[in-house]
Amino acid sequence: MTAPDRFGDLLRELAPQVLGVLLRRYGGFEECEEAVQDALLAAATRWPADGMPESPRSWLVTVASRRLVDQVRSEQARRRREAAAAAREVPDADVAAAPGEENPGDRDDTLTLLFLCCHPALTPASQVALTLRAVGGLTTAEIAQAFLVPEATMAPRISRAKRRIKASGAPFARPDAREWTERLGAVLHVLYLIFNEGYAASSGPDLHRRELTAEAIRLTRAVHRALPGDGEVAGLLALMLLTDARRAARVGPDGTFVPLAEQDRARWDSAAIDEGTALVSQAMATSPLGPYQLQAAVAALHDRAPRVEDTDWEQIRVLYGILGRIAPNPMVTLNHAVAVAMTRGPRAGLDLLEPLDDDPRMARHHRLYAVRGHLQELAGDGDAARENYSRAARLTLSLPEQRYLRARAARLAPRPG
Amino acid sequence: MKFVVNLYLSPEAAPGPGSGREEFLAVAREAGELIGGHVLADPSVSVVVRARAGAAEVSEGPYLRAAEPLTGQYLLDCPSLDRAVELAALSAAGWPGGVEVWPLMDAGGMEM
Repeated sequence: MTAPDRFGDLLRELAPQVLGVLLRRYGGFEECEEAVQDALLAAATRWPADGMPESPRSWLVTVASRRLVDQVRSEQARRRREAAAAAREVPDADVAAAPGEENPGDRDDTLTLLFLCCHPALTPASQVALTLRAVGGLTTAEIAQAFLVPEATMAPRISRAKRRIKASGAPFARPDAREWTERLGAVLHVLYLIFNEGYAASSGPDLHRRELTAEAIRLTRAVHRALPGDGEVAGLLALMLLTDARRAARVGPDGTFVPLAEQDRARWDSAAIDEGTALVSQAMATSPLGPYQLQAAVAALHDRAPRVEDTDWEQIRVLYGILGRIAPNPMVTLNHAVAVAMTRGPRAGLDLLEPLDDDPRMARHHRLYAVRGHLQELAGDGDAARENYSRAARLTLSLPEQRYLRARAARLAPRPG
Repeated sequence: MKFVVNLYLSPEAAPGPGSGREEFLAVAREAGELIGGHVLADPSVSVVVRARAGAAEVSEGPYLRAAEPLTGQYLLDCPSLDRAVELAALSAAGWPGGVEVWPLMDAGGMEM
């Protein structure tokens, strides 16, 4: 690991802790967050040259507090000029009183900040961007790069998110028991979105986007440390680890997708598989079942099969059946249909797909036609399969998926003559 | 997800001063969903280029002749097609021509 990486990792780890200290001491999310970003930037330029301070965290708290006080002062000076009224000076004592504060609440601060950044007043896209900046410690430029938009597009998304948090009057505190499940659900969903954004991109050449999976796993680990007894947090972390474990094998040397059934399992990350499996097993044994645990359990069954023909499809079918009951959605139905096809035959799977034709969420979704084509191919109906693969290829917005689907269709093309 | 919003207009029609583009631009920019946009010059000044036997062959444009040619484009980054359509509807207000939302392909994806 190079020195800038080492500093970068430490800074991202410390960012939410420093922001937590400032928020508790001064309040004002927008101002504190700006001050922390300034301090992170100062550290990133000064530490590599001057060496790491003895207590990096206190250094950052001190610098960020100074920035904040400077901001408040210049704001006050402006107001003084405008209103010609004497504004109260922020006494230096407040800054000087910044001790090391090696605080046992640091982990809790990360979680409390996540609750704030995933506040229901924000759209999911804003929650994602603000989480990466305020909790992940990424700069606006880095976030913009990860989402392939200019910084000028990302900056207002983040500013608006901060303004909305201010307007909502949300305190820097954890939600109460009444809101807990829903608010934690929003946090987990945002982490899941960040992971998926990075995972989808990891087929492409873009390293910056690939780092989003690592960032999502890092933040989910932090939530798991703060809430070790929550089965869905553990389930989400397990799902990420078990999915990311297959990353090296999912794209062929020519950049095309390798479907799960054809992946070289020797290239899967066995340490990640072991960790993910242990997490989800423990969670399912000790907590109420939830959608992330069930999806992680399915991923574990795929990952632990030494060969594709060893896959325990019967178990997968049962898990998707439960998932369809506790969290029904058309994507679960698609996966359930595949598992049914693998255990009860392709016709039984195809029957399960039929109601989806009337679902407005699926009528134009390429996955429905890709799965139907796959099951028709298994059933030996090559013509229908080819038609559905082609339809899916037209509907998908992903270039590698389109290449894959076209290749499947071409394989079934009738021989000329 | 990225989308192109295409604006079409017949050369005879002129967009009124009250067209919804200002509101569209303000809303999309403030939401952090506007990547950019541009207005196209008259089709008669466009040039068509073809490669013929290793040399470029240049002729008068446009490549596609239409009663209502493309006059402008915006590039959006939105969470869904529904949201892109919602934004495009703002730019369609007071626009005497056609407005079209066209999703762009992504280099990423999920294996099956």
